[in-house]
Amino acid sequence: MSILIDRKTLVMTQGITGKTGAFHTRLCRDYAYGKECFVAGVNPNKAGESFDGIPIFASAREAKEQTGATVSVIYVPPPHAAGAIDAAVDAELDLVICITEGVPVRDMIATRNRMRGKKTLLVGPNCPGVITPEEIKIGIMPGHIHKKGRIGVVSRSGTLTYEAVGQLMDLGLGQSTCVGIGGDPVNGLKHIDVMRLFNDDPETDAVIMVGEIGGDDEETCARWIKHHMQKPVVGFIAGVTAPAGKRMGHAGAIISGGKGAAADKLAVMEECGIKVTRNPAEMGKLLKSVL
Amino acid sequence: MNVHEYQGKEILRKFGVETPRGIACFSVADADRAARELGGKVWVVKAQIHAGGRGKGGGVKVAKSLQEVHDHASAILGMTLVTHQTGPEGRLVKRLLVEEGADIAKELYVGMVVDRATQRVTLMASSEGGMEIEEVAAHSPEKIHKVAIDPVAGLTDAQADDIARKIGVPEASAAPARNFMHGLYRAFFECDASLAEINPLIITRSGGVLALDAKLNFDSNALFRHPEIVALRDLDEEDPAEVEASKYDLSYISLNGNIGCLVNGAGLAMATMDVIKLFGAEPANFLDVGGGATAQKVTEAFKLMLQNPAVKGILVNIFGGIMRCDTIAEGVIAAAREVRLGVPLVVRMKGTNEELGRQKLRESGLPIISADNMADAAQKIVAAVAGR
Repeated sequence: MSILIDRKTLVMTQGITGKTGAFHTRLCRDYAYGKECFVAGVNPNKAGESFDGIPIFASAREAKEQTGATVSVIYVPPPHAAGAIDAAVDAELDLVICITEGVPVRDMIATRNRMRGKKTLLVGPNCPGVITPEEIKIGIMPGHIHKKGRIGVVSRSGTLTYEAVGQLMDLGLGQSTCVGIGGDPVNGLKHIDVMRLFNDDPETDAVIMVGEIGGDDEETCARWIKHHMQKPVVGFIAGVTAPAGKRMGHAGAIISGGKGAAADKLAVMEECGIKVTRNPAEMGKLLKSVL
Repeated sequence: MNVHEYQGKEILRKFGVETPRGIACFSVADADRAARELGGKVWVVKAQIHAGGRGKGGGVKVAKSLQEVHDHASAILGMTLVTHQTGPEGRLVKRLLVEEGADIAKELYVGMVVDRATQRVTLMASSEGGMEIEEVAAHSPEKIHKVAIDPVAGLTDAQADDIARKIGVPEASAAPARNFMHGLYRAFFECDASLAEINPLIITRSGGVLALDAKLNFDSNALFRHPEIVALRDLDEEDPAEVEASKYDLSYISLNGNIGCLVNGAGLAMATMDVIKLFGAEPANFLDVGGGATAQKVTEAFKLMLQNPAVKGILVNIFGGIMRCDTIAEGVIAAAREVRLGVPLVVRMKGTNEELGRQKLRESGLPIISADNMADAAQKIVAAVAGR
């Protein structure tokens, strides 16, 4: 079953003709069932044209009506990315995955406010995307490092997610779905939302949760896990060595106002019964130990 | 991005937030002139650096004569101001703000931040003005009042009035306090601020509501639409290595250890720092070369790390995804040759074409130590730096 996406998902790419959108749409289409999944592109200036055989539509709504696509992936540049999410939400898509890095926080506040009460789910922005191995990949992660299996992965960071997947692979463990939720302070799905989905997914046996400094999403998720999660979860938090007040690459990765330190997150996770490691090389090993 | 107090106040005034009258000064002569121009009998001479705690560090002085303004300005300009936010090395003071003295009846605190949980701008206020808000939060959290602001409706009069009442704004000052908070929110919203702190906000004896201090940070993702704020950037207040890094689109932060690390991806970069610490050493920097690292970027990254004389070894940790390990290996080899690398280098590569990448490193003839995983890499660089 997997979560969020599978081989039957129909996807439109918003920003398909830009350099990044074009490059990654090709790679996604070449992965597993990608040819059947990636059915539409959106660019108001190039409607009626096509990209490598994928028809381009003027709007997300039109792309949905013409192709049946219910999921969108966004590579639109930062000044227009939130507007692209708004358009996808207005078209009543099921899921929007915004890869774009550098979206202004004010834009995301307005967009998230507009999304209240709407059915559309958002992953990102500033995220690697979502992959259900051997079925479909939507985003910029390298497809071939994954294989189908029963471990869920949720993470705020890109390459650290790949690292976790690489460690699972070294131990022969495949993944049900891997979700990169992104490193921005105001975004869509949080750890807790993805964890709920993994809990309900009969094809996921255990979950690796990778967090980082900043905010308290990991703590919120840990408290939910304590009371509701029926599957083992292991965790790692990046940034034990990060000094307070310094932004570590991601807009959201900052210890400020005495909140968001890695040590506090790890302590809460342990209190909630989550096995954590302070050694990022041992995420895979730790997961295997709880199976 | 940070700005100085005097710049923050200029921005706030444009949105109707009242502040004491003041003039930015770059020399003692400027300060003398400013005090005469402002008139009055009391002035405040304030060091302008991008760090808090200036008063405690001796960077804020009250003057009761023009001579005292002159003396304080002479003492503060050019001093190395050490506060709890500057680190022990302190910060050289190159700018001053000379302000008219204020007639303080009450000191309060008002701040705004983007709250991740509610995904809204939150107004925070407290009756405990002039104190570190973190301390208030730790010791008397009941004295901090918060309200989330609807991005469509904006801050409402009712919300502003309610907060003002809770922090003890006297009835006579209710109207100016409301204007103050509206102005602050409009400035925050329209300028794409990520943090605003007015500490203290003061009520004067005549009932006025003024920002006695102002700290504003801006969302770097939104600077493309605020050239007027970009123009306020003061490179003297930034780490030269971080400024240099930003030219090459590298995300770099100086730290206090001796092991340089070069990693792709922010999360993996933090994890790499953590694993170095786990094996008993300290990272010299955070450095994310990004997803699309090119050979040139890697070379620039090496140069940056090696500008730090404390660096005694380098750890490269790359997860090759779309970016192939053999491409990264070529970049590392070219960089090591160009900078004539004289410190131990451990490279760990995983992912696409990792075998080919390792082969290239071996065949380069350079003394590069290869590692299988992050822990192995960290142990090897820590040992190499310790001379083991």
